[in-house]
Amino acid sequence: MATLTVRSLHKRFGSVEVLKGVDIEAKDGEFVALVGPSGCGKSTLLSLIAGLDTVSSGEILIDGRLVNEVAPKDRDIAMVFQSYALYPTMTARQNITFGMESRRVPKQQQDEAVARVAALLQIEPLLSRKPGQLSGGQRQRVAMGRALVRDPKLFLFDEPLSNLDAKLRVDMRTEIKKLHQRVGKTTVYVTHDQVEAMTLASRIAVMHHGNLQQFEEPKTIYARPANMFVAGFMGSPSMNFLPARLTSRDGRPSVEIETANGATAILQLVRGPASAPADNKIVLGIRPEHLYRYDVELKARRPAMASVVTPVEIVEPTGAETIATLRLGGREIVGRFDPDGAPQAGESLPLGIDMAHACLFDPATERLIPDAQS
Amino acid sequence: MRNETLTPSRGLVYLAVWLVAAAYLVPLAVVVLNSLRTAEEIAQTSMIGWPQQWAFSNYVTAWGKFCVSQTCAGIQPYMVNSALVTVPATLLSTLLGAIAGYAISLWRFPGDRWIFGIVTLGLFLPQQMRLLPWTIVLRDLGLTNTIAGLVMIHTIQGMSFTTLFCRNYYISIPQDLMKAARIDGAGFFRTFWRIVLPLSPPILIVTVIWQFTHIWNEFLYGVTFTTGQQQPVTAALIALSASIADIPQHGVQSAAVIIAALPTLLVYLFGGRYFVRGLTAGSVK
Repeated sequence: MATLTVRSLHKRFGSVEVLKGVDIEAKDGEFVALVGPSGCGKSTLLSLIAGLDTVSSGEILIDGRLVNEVAPKDRDIAMVFQSYALYPTMTARQNITFGMESRRVPKQQQDEAVARVAALLQIEPLLSRKPGQLSGGQRQRVAMGRALVRDPKLFLFDEPLSNLDAKLRVDMRTEIKKLHQRVGKTTVYVTHDQVEAMTLASRIAVMHHGNLQQFEEPKTIYARPANMFVAGFMGSPSMNFLPARLTSRDGRPSVEIETANGATAILQLVRGPASAPADNKIVLGIRPEHLYRYDVELKARRPAMASVVTPVEIVEPTGAETIATLRLGGREIVGRFDPDGAPQAGESLPLGIDMAHACLFDPATERLIPDAQS
Repeated sequence: MRNETLTPSRGLVYLAVWLVAAAYLVPLAVVVLNSLRTAEEIAQTSMIGWPQQWAFSNYVTAWGKFCVSQTCAGIQPYMVNSALVTVPATLLSTLLGAIAGYAISLWRFPGDRWIFGIVTLGLFLPQQMRLLPWTIVLRDLGLTNTIAGLVMIHTIQGMSFTTLFCRNYYISIPQDLMKAARIDGAGFFRTFWRIVLPLSPPILIVTVIWQFTHIWNEFLYGVTFTTGQQQPVTAALIALSASIADIPQHGVQSAAVIIAALPTLLVYLFGGRYFVRGLTAGSVK
């Protein structure tokens, strides 16, 4: 039973402000992912929560207790490092028990705890080996064992999967998710990989330049990103941004976009914006998976489908889907298509745009323009 | 690697290398040969020559019978003195240097760079400059002409070197290990004993060999701060050569020199491999 509260947290290194007032809270048992590009301050934030670095101003509370001045060992946390940070001269077992040894836990209790964790992570055969004799994935398991054995209030993960190869990373990701479901501990997980954040987290905190951009459930972050940074960072390939103008057709809110050679097309919105920026200028955001090869049957299934014709420039089949680069209004846009009926390079594609998932941004502030209440 | 043909230029290189090596070994060869010749033989022929009859008794005399400043017990007691100075001073300076290097490189505290700078400055101060301050310190502590005094001097001065070397080695230990240890609740000394020290053998071998050789061979402090029965063997060797008034005993002196040099030679022969490996260990990572 543990919560984490971070209130208007600032961290300065000399004259550089790395965190500029971050507010985050994790409910009991929640899995919070801190995600953002390198240098966004996510690792610094984790260090501060762990107590490995001192806070410039602001508050950190674990389970309601202010821990700003509390030493890492007394915060009741456990941490898994990107480098694993296993003690090289100790066996896996000694690595796992070192924390209990430091806390003078009786030997018998240590053995029981090791047995419990080793069974959970299936590392019993590895316990007598040293880190140098373990593979990357095995080291990762031992590092998690060292964290789990403490039975802490809070789990901290600092990019734990970054040093693994692609296949193992996916496997371990599933392992971590399983583990969290079984153990149910409050967890803060730092990653630069938005897929990890989406798949693992119950809530995602997107950070950029030391500021919290958005802190929401993965679904909301993905479907309704708070600003153009979040929209561009989450999802791969990135969301397409098209300059557009708010207008109306047949009395319904629409956007007008440029197609080719100065021609324009009018796309009808499903929900109108709550407010309109100056000059009615906006940015239309469309995710690649909301682009289709247009036909009448599709329109019948998805009434919010708008259509334009675009030339196809590059086609990249990945097997499960085909990524195509198209040209619209002098810009490149990227779509994800079903391999059946995927665009052909050089073709003039009748492009269907599912406006039900469109996002509108204010070009001046780059913020999401909320929908009008209907 | 070994299949290169012996070209004339390569032959020339080998020749030059062998000549240089031989030149280096001549003094050692002369001393070894003289240590096996009788005093009469050396006096009648020359300082350089092959033994006509092997005088192994020189070693027995040098070790236990020869008279040095009115005491006729050979260099044996002085060898013991040297060991009593060198062994504790080597171990203490290495241990303290390891702890200091660990604190400076892995714990980081305000002013750590200054402390590191001041400690390593000791390496660049000439020995002569430090004679007078040490004289005052020894006098005030009542340690003049004692083995304990020499142990203290060599321990403290050795820390400049041991701290520098250990710090440079420890700086390559990942900071994440220290963070993990902090979260695990290990303090300064537990982290040192259980995590850092077990990683240290390569650098500890280097510092032990270095300290042992230097302290054993040290002469200036030995001859300045101790007299008579308290002297280390390096200082006693001089007393030995000075006490020979009538016939020069070059054979016995040479044997004494060989005996005095033996410990450091052995340390280097057995540990030299690790020494070279340890010196480069930090740079590989």
